[in-house]
Amino acid sequence: MKAIRFSLTALTLVVAASAAQAQISDGVIKIGVLSDMSSLYTDLAGAGSVAAARMAVEDSGIEKRGYKVEIVSADHQNKPDVGSAITRQWYDVDKVDVIVDTPNSGVALAVNQITRDKGKAFLVSGAASSDLTGKACSPNTIHWTYDTWMLANGTGSSIVKTGGDTWFFLTADYAFGLALERDTEAVVLKNGGKVLGKVRHPLNTQDFSSFLLQAQASKAKIIGLANAGGDTTNSIKQAAEFGIVKGGQNLAGLLVFLTDIHALGLPTAQGLIVTNTFYWDSNDQTRAFAKRFAERDKGIYPTMIHAGVYSALTHYLKAVEALKSDDGTKVIAKMKETPTDDPLFGKGSIRVDGRKIHPAYLVEVKKPSESKGPWDYYKVRATIPADQAFRPLKDGECPLVK
Amino acid sequence: MPDPTSPAARVPFGETERTTAIAFALMVALFAVAPVVVYPVFLMNVLCMALFACAFNLLIGFGGLLSFGHAMFLGMAGYVCAHAAKVWGLPPEAAIALGTAASALLGLVTGLLAIRSQGIYFAMITLALAQMVYFFCLQAPFTHGEDGIQSVPRGKLFAVLDLNNIWVLYYVVLAIFVGAFLLIYRTVHSPFGQVLKAIRENEPRAISLGYDADRYKLLAFVLSAALSGLAGATKAIVFQLASLTDVHWTMSGEVVLMTLLGGMGTIFGPVAGALVIVGLQNYLAPLGQWVTVITGAIFVVCVLAFRRGIVGELAAWWAKRRA
Repeated sequence: MKAIRFSLTALTLVVAASAAQAQISDGVIKIGVLSDMSSLYTDLAGAGSVAAARMAVEDSGIEKRGYKVEIVSADHQNKPDVGSAITRQWYDVDKVDVIVDTPNSGVALAVNQITRDKGKAFLVSGAASSDLTGKACSPNTIHWTYDTWMLANGTGSSIVKTGGDTWFFLTADYAFGLALERDTEAVVLKNGGKVLGKVRHPLNTQDFSSFLLQAQASKAKIIGLANAGGDTTNSIKQAAEFGIVKGGQNLAGLLVFLTDIHALGLPTAQGLIVTNTFYWDSNDQTRAFAKRFAERDKGIYPTMIHAGVYSALTHYLKAVEALKSDDGTKVIAKMKETPTDDPLFGKGSIRVDGRKIHPAYLVEVKKPSESKGPWDYYKVRATIPADQAFRPLKDGECPLVK
Repeated sequence: MPDPTSPAARVPFGETERTTAIAFALMVALFAVAPVVVYPVFLMNVLCMALFACAFNLLIGFGGLLSFGHAMFLGMAGYVCAHAAKVWGLPPEAAIALGTAASALLGLVTGLLAIRSQGIYFAMITLALAQMVYFFCLQAPFTHGEDGIQSVPRGKLFAVLDLNNIWVLYYVVLAIFVGAFLLIYRTVHSPFGQVLKAIRENEPRAISLGYDADRYKLLAFVLSAALSGLAGATKAIVFQLASLTDVHWTMSGEVVLMTLLGGMGTIFGPVAGALVIVGLQNYLAPLGQWVTVITGAIFVVCVLAFRRGIVGELAAWWAKRRA
């Protein structure tokens, strides 16, 4: 009898101790950072996204409150088949609960569908295609940091309004590039501009000469670069070699990250107009974050994608704690209900279509003489308020919006 | 050690009927129970690649034709199957059949051109044709370029078997593999297969005996293309995705690697090779770029130390022990 009572007491204690993890699948919140770890997007996301995820978990203090958190990461090599194989294996075998980051819209769209089928959670920071909250929107996905509509609306419209009214697009030939080209073209036409032509290049191209010569021959005032990462820096560098800017045409980098500016150097990049949702030198909190981040990621300062991973996971962990569950569909629903608040993006909200809403900044790259130190690259020209920064809910054709 | 390149040392037909039957039963039994412990999607990938390697082996191991463009059949069938299932809404069996047929047709067209040459020229012509197919797949609107055809519905096989159930899907894939494997075995041991081997060993002599060598080679090429297509179409249904990876030339290289590593010209070799290569790619994935280095190193070791491949060496060892 005594033995039974003892074991009952012990059991009660165990139950009480594990109450916090009652609804956590397998007792662990498992976060999978799926990113480009070796190719053209690795600097702007990659290992930095893993570092940002770690920081989010540490800063949330969730582990001190009895939850176990584990972070795994993998390289999708920018191939949808590799990305979806990893995703399936993570969900089926490794019991991953949430996938974050995933630059490369082609891969992200594949992950988006699998996540929905399996009822897990997907927090997009790296991918840009506005289809993730449009035609392909899902109750299991939140698109956090930025999207192609926002970039088009920021950089594109500001350039048309300052006289750049004839365009030629140099587009990365996959989901992201095509979405960015489509969204920017719409903005250009709406503001009375004209698109004189477009050419599409394969993802991760080394030699842009034939594409740039076509752009040069088009005589368009603006050559819109609907590409990202290594493709953008390569095309800008090679355009300089062809004397395109000296010849009177201007380049519009529609998606340029802080790390791309770093790779180009200010002498080449100066004067570029860029749209961003996060800049490390905005306030004390972002500066403190950037400093801690740089210590962990080989001295690289955080891009908006890194900041987005941190911010999205912070909000995710709050929702998990509030629900005491890591069920993907429920957590995403909870995240949408709850207003967001974190040191990097400030206060914000998440719409029913999965779009995270916050202000965007139109920034200009500084001249070398204006830059006071390493990574001091941007000056803010305008702030686009949160309610205008992203595509209106009704225009997205998202089936979740009724 | 006898010269492994001499015809007598190639072993392939040293396997007696009985040992082959036992080995076959063992293989099927292993694959049938494996999903209890191993991740089924991984195993299905192995089965698809094993079928692909077996089809390739039919051409190189028994026909002596080294094709360096087999990825075009794998990938094209995947695209056709995925498009048929997703856009046209065909049931999976029809989509797979259509994909296989598309590859057979592609095999017929490319085969007519390629079999006129031999050796390195044959390899180069198939590679060139495969590159054309690759760029077609990169640019054609229905393939969606880098994104591939995504979210392909698995559907219901013959309107009864729900392929969304992973177990049903697994055993359907296993059945497809076993069926195709038996077809290859039958082909190799048929009079047609004998003629093919005769052509491989000495083409002028086969011609002088009255065999139309080109016709036999073309038939073997089309059969190999169709079976590669079957593998590609099945893969598209399993992964619900058809992508450029499957038409890229590196895939053509990988299948050569699998076949050589497992044992060229043996019935079971390609299966063993596929298991090793896909297993390495899967379980070493966290090492990133090192996977290529490791598979490369294994290939070098294999070529230097056991040139008959895994199964080839095993068969030779077995034959020696019994002698």
